[in-house]
Amino acid sequence: MSAPTVFDHPAARALSRRHRLRWWEPLPWILALAFYFMFPRYLGFGTELLIMVLFAISLDLALGYAGIVTLGHAAFFGAGAYTVGMLAHHGIWNEPISSLFIGAAVAAAIGLASGLVLLRTTGLTLLMLTLCTMALLEEAANLGHDWTGGFDGLTGISIPPLFGLFEFNPLFPKTQYLYVLGALLICFVFVRTLVYSPFGHSLTGIRENTLRMHAVGAPVRTRLVVCYTISAALAGIAGGIWAQANAYVNLSTLGLDRAATVLIILVLGGYGRLYGAFVGAVAYMALSHFLAKVYPTAWQLGLGFLLVTIALFARGGIIGLGETLMARLRPKLKPKPPS
Amino acid sequence: MTAALLETRSVSKSFGALRAARDVSFKLEEGARHALIGPNGAGKTTFINLLTGVLPPSSGEVLLKGEDITTMEQAARVKRGIARTFQINRLFRGLSVLENVYMSVAERVGAAPQMITPAGKRKDVIDESMHLLETLKLADHAHLTITGLPYGRQRLVELAIALGLKPVVLLLDEPAAGVPSAETHIILDAIDALPKSIGVLIIDHDMDLVFRFAKKITVLVRGAVFAEGTPKEIGANADVRAVYLGQATHG
Amino acid sequence: MIFTIENIASMVLGGVAAGMVLFIVSVGLSVTMGLMGFVNLAHGAFAMLGGYIIVLSMRHLGVGFIPALAIGFVMTAAVSIVFERVLYSRLYKAGELDQVLFTIGLAFVFIAALTVFIGPENQPLTLPPELRGQLDLGIVQYRTYSIFLIIVGVAIVIALWLGFERTRFGAQIRAAVDNRRMAESLGINIDRLFAITFGFGSGMAALGGGLGAEFLGLDPQYALKYLVFFLIVVAVGGAGSIVGVFCASLIIGVLDFVLKKYLPQGGTLFIYALTILLLLWRPQGLFGKPS
Repeated sequence: MSAPTVFDHPAARALSRRHRLRWWEPLPWILALAFYFMFPRYLGFGTELLIMVLFAISLDLALGYAGIVTLGHAAFFGAGAYTVGMLAHHGIWNEPISSLFIGAAVAAAIGLASGLVLLRTTGLTLLMLTLCTMALLEEAANLGHDWTGGFDGLTGISIPPLFGLFEFNPLFPKTQYLYVLGALLICFVFVRTLVYSPFGHSLTGIRENTLRMHAVGAPVRTRLVVCYTISAALAGIAGGIWAQANAYVNLSTLGLDRAATVLIILVLGGYGRLYGAFVGAVAYMALSHFLAKVYPTAWQLGLGFLLVTIALFARGGIIGLGETLMARLRPKLKPKPPS
Repeated sequence: MTAALLETRSVSKSFGALRAARDVSFKLEEGARHALIGPNGAGKTTFINLLTGVLPPSSGEVLLKGEDITTMEQAARVKRGIARTFQINRLFRGLSVLENVYMSVAERVGAAPQMITPAGKRKDVIDESMHLLETLKLADHAHLTITGLPYGRQRLVELAIALGLKPVVLLLDEPAAGVPSAETHIILDAIDALPKSIGVLIIDHDMDLVFRFAKKITVLVRGAVFAEGTPKEIGANADVRAVYLGQATHG
Repeated sequence: MIFTIENIASMVLGGVAAGMVLFIVSVGLSVTMGLMGFVNLAHGAFAMLGGYIIVLSMRHLGVGFIPALAIGFVMTAAVSIVFERVLYSRLYKAGELDQVLFTIGLAFVFIAALTVFIGPENQPLTLPPELRGQLDLGIVQYRTYSIFLIIVGVAIVIALWLGFERTRFGAQIRAAVDNRRMAESLGINIDRLFAITFGFGSGMAALGGGLGAEFLGLDPQYALKYLVFFLIVVAVGGAGSIVGVFCASLIIGVLDFVLKKYLPQGGTLFIYALTILLLLWRPQGLFGKPS
């Protein structure tokens, strides 16, 4: 063996290995597949859930990693949904996978254009600008009857079978479920790669201390705009799939409700943690699906208390709570200084 | 005659009616150990911001090795070798010491825009960061998050991040500020051990620190250069003493 | 449509009356954002709470309109001070995200609580007879209540301005908005200042909730329905500036009123677009101090 190098130091070892797959990381995917076989009657619910996971992951990239606090992320979800929906409804283009790419491109273009101007600002101004941009798009979709269907939206969007083989059946959404799962897996692998890259590391740097990132010579705004654009594209894919899976598109895809929901999902699970989106979406969607239908008011009350509690006591969300518990249970790892 | 490493020519900066820098002409030579002192509100921080490009001057020029960088942005100046530390720690508090230093090294070697290669596979960046931490005697703490680090060590990380940029000019803004006296020596030793090739400008009002390191001292009062000379000259300068004593008795 | 004097006058009056309500609700939001740097998305919930107290105390306790407004102000202020001391104060140093989540959560709780205890339906405001009907202003006949709103709004802005500029307490608030640390070192009791300002701001919101119930309606969704408008007023006017909120409220009130009449389709779109452009031009708003 060679002489000890810096890579024997625990810090260097941790950093050089942190992108490696951990044993539990295949679990969500195994569970998602198991769900497909075990609950064929709940695949519609499952499809909706996976779409929200994808949407929340896109938000995590901007909010959790780069620290861009936005209230208007549904703008991109809606942009993707309307692009896919309008193209299909007006008989221009409806092949599912390429439609998603077009939806992503439109969302990315809006993300790029708005990011270039919005990301000069911070704090309350940024919050307001993201909110207003989304409201602007919502109004535009509301007004453009001929194209968007206005308040009623576009219904009966026909999507040809996937690869010419698998039907999109709104009543038995088997195809939709596996289709979302596949898209989610691809997008997730991409985001995971991104956050463990030096680029992702520098996004974390911007979140942790923007001023210092300027001082180490990082082109902060460029990085933020790139991140925001990628995040918008992913949100656009989520929206596009939503339109295809439901065979309709309406204003609910780009309102404050959806923007707040995805934010709550992410924070509930734990932001800046990659898997927070999964945990948060499962917890939120399961609760809202089963509780909201029976006791809608109790659901809102519970959600309110939950948000207040998270903001005050559990900023890491469910995963953060788990981490704290693990740290308490496990004896503290003693650092081994290099000899 | 060779150009100074970093130079300002009649630089002024006004904020409305307040003139924070008046006609400052200043030279930092290669390998210098130079100190900039002055009472509170003398415009020291403004001057650093003018040097690093955070603020544009109202008039005058800033030159690096004879090249006019007056209108150059902060990031571009950093690429050319101007690095700084902050008076109040500006660290990536949720990250480990190693990850903090990785940030600046990755930026310098151009690894930071990479999106596909994992950060952990840039062994060169990790290697250089670890060696830097070793020279600053921080290697034993490399795995700790900043929040778990004593304040004096945090000041060292400040320095490590700046050194990760391999600067030719290093601006140290009150490097020992807020450090308990028992830990001051680790900062002093680290500054002592800085590579001789770097031109260092220390901005401070801790006279012990200044007189220990500086070969040359510039005194800034109300935004203007008040006096300049060797520590001996400055120490013997009655006017400078008056300014500082006045400061001491009144505030 | 023809631009007659009557037309223009009635549009201006209607818009200004709406603007006054916007101002009364938003001024508290602006001051808390400017003073405490707190993004309070539950502000609309306090306005709603106040509106409910005012409308219900009139209906069930037979209180007159003006005394009901006073009750609404005092009770909402008291409730909000308790919230400020117990909960808000823990989040002053937290990031915007935590503040946003916390206050959205609080708004949800208010909405759900009112739905359960009072019901989901709209609570109409019954105006006293002397405020109903039309008033002859010479050039134009106009709704008495709108004229009343304008008078109340002007009185409030003058009172606030005097209080802000001429009293010791106002000077303390201005000092704290400008430089909090400096104010603290001057011996100003920041905790007390925050609590009183917050209570006062929520009390004002309560007044606005009651006064505006006649044309904004009052149901549990109120807390979030108009929030974007209140936020736009604050952002456009500049957080922490009373003059700013007043101007922004008038501009947006009149604009909204006029656009609804002539451009019923794209009115709101126009306001959003204008807000975006303004914030890009002046991120701190019309009268805010640059950060």
